[in-house]
Amino acid sequence: MNKTLLIIKREYFSRVKKKSFLLMTFLVPMLIIGMYALVIALSINGGDNVPTVEVIDDSGIFSKGLENKKSVKFHKSTQPLDQAKQKVIADDGAFLLHIPKDVATGGKLELFSQKKAGLSVMSTIEDQLNDQMRNKMLQDAGIDAATLDNIKPDIEIVSKQLTLEGEKDSSSGAAMAVGFAAAILIYMSLFIYGIQVMRGIIEEKTSRIVEVVISSVRPFQLMMGKIIGIGLVGLTQFLLWIILSGTLMTVATNVLFKDKMEMVKSQMPSGQQQVAAQAGPGTDIVKAIQTVEWSYILPSFIIFFFGGYMLYSALFAAVGSAVDSDTETQQFMLPITLPLLFTYIMSFSFIVNNPDSSLSFWLSIIPFTSPIAMMVRLPFGVPMWELALSIVLLVGGFIFTTWVASRIYRIGILMYGKKVSFKELGKWFMYKG
Amino acid sequence: MLSIRNIVKQYANHRALDNVSIEIEKGSVFGLLGPNGAGKTSLIRIINQITGPDSGEVFINGERLNPSHISKIGYLPEERGLYKKMEIGEQMLYLSQLKGLNKTDATKRIKYWFEKMEIESWWNKKVEDLSKGMQQKVQFVATVVHDPELIILDEPFSGFDPVNAQVITNEILELNSNGATIIFSTHRMESVEQLCDSIALIHKSKKILDGKVKDIRNQYRSNTYRVGFSGDLKSSENEMFEVIEQASDDDLTHLTIKVQDKFSANDVLKYLIQQVQVNEFMEVIPSMNDIFIQKVKN
Repeated sequence: MNKTLLIIKREYFSRVKKKSFLLMTFLVPMLIIGMYALVIALSINGGDNVPTVEVIDDSGIFSKGLENKKSVKFHKSTQPLDQAKQKVIADDGAFLLHIPKDVATGGKLELFSQKKAGLSVMSTIEDQLNDQMRNKMLQDAGIDAATLDNIKPDIEIVSKQLTLEGEKDSSSGAAMAVGFAAAILIYMSLFIYGIQVMRGIIEEKTSRIVEVVISSVRPFQLMMGKIIGIGLVGLTQFLLWIILSGTLMTVATNVLFKDKMEMVKSQMPSGQQQVAAQAGPGTDIVKAIQTVEWSYILPSFIIFFFGGYMLYSALFAAVGSAVDSDTETQQFMLPITLPLLFTYIMSFSFIVNNPDSSLSFWLSIIPFTSPIAMMVRLPFGVPMWELALSIVLLVGGFIFTTWVASRIYRIGILMYGKKVSFKELGKWFMYKG
Repeated sequence: MLSIRNIVKQYANHRALDNVSIEIEKGSVFGLLGPNGAGKTSLIRIINQITGPDSGEVFINGERLNPSHISKIGYLPEERGLYKKMEIGEQMLYLSQLKGLNKTDATKRIKYWFEKMEIESWWNKKVEDLSKGMQQKVQFVATVVHDPELIILDEPFSGFDPVNAQVITNEILELNSNGATIIFSTHRMESVEQLCDSIALIHKSKKILDGKVKDIRNQYRSNTYRVGFSGDLKSSENEMFEVIEQASDDDLTHLTIKVQDKFSANDVLKYLIQQVQVNEFMEVIPSMNDIFIQKVKN
């Protein structure tokens, strides 16, 4: 055990001391904060490049004009159609909307532009036109304008979690975001650190130190020492990221944006308070982030990362022991990559939409898929027993893969210059002693 | 010291060791000889507890092989190397701690060896900055730093230049005279013949011969002599010996002769002296290589 500790120490410190580790540790939180700041800054200032659409209304139905929105501005044009078209040809940022006379009886509207209009521009225009058209038709059908103004439903769902401890605000948007982020992080880090394990073993093999070392320790100790050492490097990195991002984020919101948001609000005339409210996504994000239950998401993240890492890195270790160079790893990587990729895709297409379906349940219980699937499900609320079962199975899973891997590893590390097949690996697995 | 008893090691479709038994005396220099692929490395890996035998047992000082023996063995594998990006001092510390030394002892012993090998200044260098020969020196230190009772060297001289090979040989012999038991494993039999007290020959997974070098050679003496003389040997056809090989330059003739069983070397010499001017007469003792070839042929 003492020797395993020595190996863990070497694996850990030789990596943590590297410049690339320090760089990653500080760069990533900066990037996260940078993006976070960008989102808030953008939502406060609004985009600068809001396209303006020139509108030629031959029908006269939209005489009131179209309302400016965040993503599109409208300008009523008095020019004749041909002249306006010339302008579009001359300016690649110009949009021209032509409403024909017979629009009420099914005439097609045309949007001219050099570049294809974006989806959000199109849908904003369509929504507005539909609204106004509907109003016009309703008015024609005898409903007066006052009634119409009153029928403006504005439904917003506030999601509240009701538990024994009482009700509390929850944000399913933020929950999803956290689940996504955790799942992506686990998915990526399983690869990043798993491949580090594999590379480390290939390096020991190609530098021929491995036989020197295993004359002092058992192959299993060397493998586990490497896996645990690199896993701890991963945990250290995450911990530093969380601490650094947390600190920076708090500083950023309190110092940088508080002033700015108050300033924006105070500058607004009272009539435009609504616009000020729209500038709020920054504060909404902060509020939403606060509703996420970090106290159990974070420990779960650590557990599922480490469990998943142990499970997969053992397999990566087996692959590393079987080959002589990185280039030969391809064929063996597929069975490792496939379940991960499958879970990743399922998580984002299925589990987020149906977090409580039986498929989601199974994906978050089976050890090979649970590290990612459970993280996506977790923010939606998962019963304690499911969480416990999943963790127990994950532990069982990595004990199993480690056992399988160690049987291949002990033979593989001493095999040089041999092209290995899956059949060969099977044989190694069966060897005694 | 080391007793290997009836070891069998089977791989999928290949038997690497077939019922091999070897006894190695304490303080001896032992040669484990045989061509590539004979099973030498498999046997060494079993002694080092890297792999286990399918059947058979190994005893060290009368104790059945167990993990506590790891610190008593120094092993220089045929496939050897070091961590390329690690500093040499740190690396030596790591390797000797893995062998069971504590940090203080390890530092002391590494310093001792580095001074002895005149490589003290390399402590902070990385392995990748050293030449191949320098790396081999460091590697040797790593093998013996924990003062092992048994030192196993698998193809020790491959990769060494002649000067370094001599340095290492001297160190090994010194360790031996201080009580360490040495095992040389090599397919180049001539390279260790003079160093070894005893040998075992392994061929196709089986031990085909073992014993003291002196005894084996005596056993394989074939009454063959080499004679150099000037003058004419009247009749080379005689009942005393048979000429195997004949070569002559200007006035000197060289013969390799096999003396018939009934006669002794002295008889032959007496006979020769009467006829010619003898200036060379020596027994041809077979080399290990010759013995091996002879043994394999049978």
